[in-house]
Amino acid sequence: MPFSLLKYGLSGDYPFEKHPDLPQPTKLKKHYDVVIIGGGGHGVAIAYYLAKYHGITNVAILEKGYLGGGNTARNTAVIRSNYLTSEGVKFYSESVKMFKKLSNEFDFNIMYSQRGQLTLAHTDAAIRGFRQRAEVNKHFGGRTELIGAKEIKELVPTLNMNPGHLPVLAGLWHMDGATARHDAVAWGYAKGATQRGVELHQLTEVTGINIVNGKVTGVETSKGTVECGSAVQAVAGHSSLLAAKAGFRLPITTYPLQAMVTQPVKPFLDQMVSSSALHCYVQQTGRGEIVFGGGSDPYPLYNTRSTLELKESLLASAIEMFPFMANLRMLRQWAGITDMTADYSPIMGLSPVENYYLDAGWGTWGFKATPICGKTMAELIASGGKVPELIAPFAMDRFDEFRQVNEMGATAASH
Amino acid sequence: MKIMTCPMNGPRNISEFVYGGEVQEMPDPNNCSDREWAEYVFYSDNAIQVVREWWMHSASSYWFIAERHTGSDEILKTYPSTELFKERVEFAAKATGQTS
Repeated sequence: MPFSLLKYGLSGDYPFEKHPDLPQPTKLKKHYDVVIIGGGGHGVAIAYYLAKYHGITNVAILEKGYLGGGNTARNTAVIRSNYLTSEGVKFYSESVKMFKKLSNEFDFNIMYSQRGQLTLAHTDAAIRGFRQRAEVNKHFGGRTELIGAKEIKELVPTLNMNPGHLPVLAGLWHMDGATARHDAVAWGYAKGATQRGVELHQLTEVTGINIVNGKVTGVETSKGTVECGSAVQAVAGHSSLLAAKAGFRLPITTYPLQAMVTQPVKPFLDQMVSSSALHCYVQQTGRGEIVFGGGSDPYPLYNTRSTLELKESLLASAIEMFPFMANLRMLRQWAGITDMTADYSPIMGLSPVENYYLDAGWGTWGFKATPICGKTMAELIASGGKVPELIAPFAMDRFDEFRQVNEMGATAASH
Repeated sequence: MKIMTCPMNGPRNISEFVYGGEVQEMPDPNNCSDREWAEYVFYSDNAIQVVREWWMHSASSYWFIAERHTGSDEILKTYPSTELFKERVEFAAKATGQTS
């Protein structure tokens, strides 16, 4: 080993692995059956399921940065299905089920950790809402209960039961709530997809969409033109900008979402705890750091800058919930760019351009849907545009017909 | 602290203001199609550029127009809405001919 090290030290070549997780980049081919724009969790998941279940492997994933480097790396890795509408709960429950099996499926540890999510109610109105969410959840096989203040105190002894002078009256206890390593999810899918013959092209930006007679025929990229049978956009944070290249508008407004993490401390918090009245959610990672985030910024922006106002209010709420955190130091802060829809549900399915599919509008809820979205979108693409029942309610034209899927009340921290 | 200049109240902390959406041309609610109305209510260009937006100073409930860059967050200009809207826009409900 020391000799081989010495050899590399003198040769100036980078010591490539013999069996790398991801194949080395190749040149773009002239034609692909499917072009996936965006190499985040969703994009690689679509590619994986296209190859695994539908035998479609002449696929290119085009990523302008690097694998999983966008919102896949910026979310707070929460997995849950305690939504409000039956459409939403059905969809996200499937995702939770798939997440549980991913490590085995990939033979790659995604560090899935089921720890439960607790949402706090500070008003009678919130309790009524929670009661409904608990029942809808149970109906679709989720494990969610409405619990009282006494049980909350037992579950999370470090929680201040009177944060910000908003007494905790009850809680929505979602036992299926979990976290996973978000990078591992992207890598697991990418590895599985590329092993089956899919090409992942990083540092390849799509600069234009070629459309002939209302049908997508190819894409222009920073590395040349590529023809394709069909294309799908999975570019969270930039959905409207890419759709504009394909010549249509989306019912999306784009906001930053800021999050922070503290120095690591001893394990004290198994559960993820959130309060929409305090606009804050708190969880402790496996490394001991405490992650907290809130709602999106108050106005739209394509920028991952951080603001003192949001940091202050987020910190204030977090310290109200867990007062001892006042003694901790902030380690990092960051922001993601979230494509918000008016009803807080995603947009999946057909677009005004034939054979051009949408995987967009993922706001603050994209990571938790990665497996099921990849699977259903792959089904949609493989069938040439037959929309699977599970994602039919999330079609873009729901806005044209005023039949939104309202999940605003089921977000962890924004209202 | 980010400062926004209110045409009525002068420079104030941006936390005193509420964002009210892009300025878009409103179709005639009585004669437009559902699709046109949805386009007005839900859809937007959402581009990275200088955008003309509605903002409100919440302490005084004063609505005005701001021109802001959605990439750099630079506020280039704020002015009263009367510079764009010369006449009052009436929002009379559509007569349905039904009594409830």
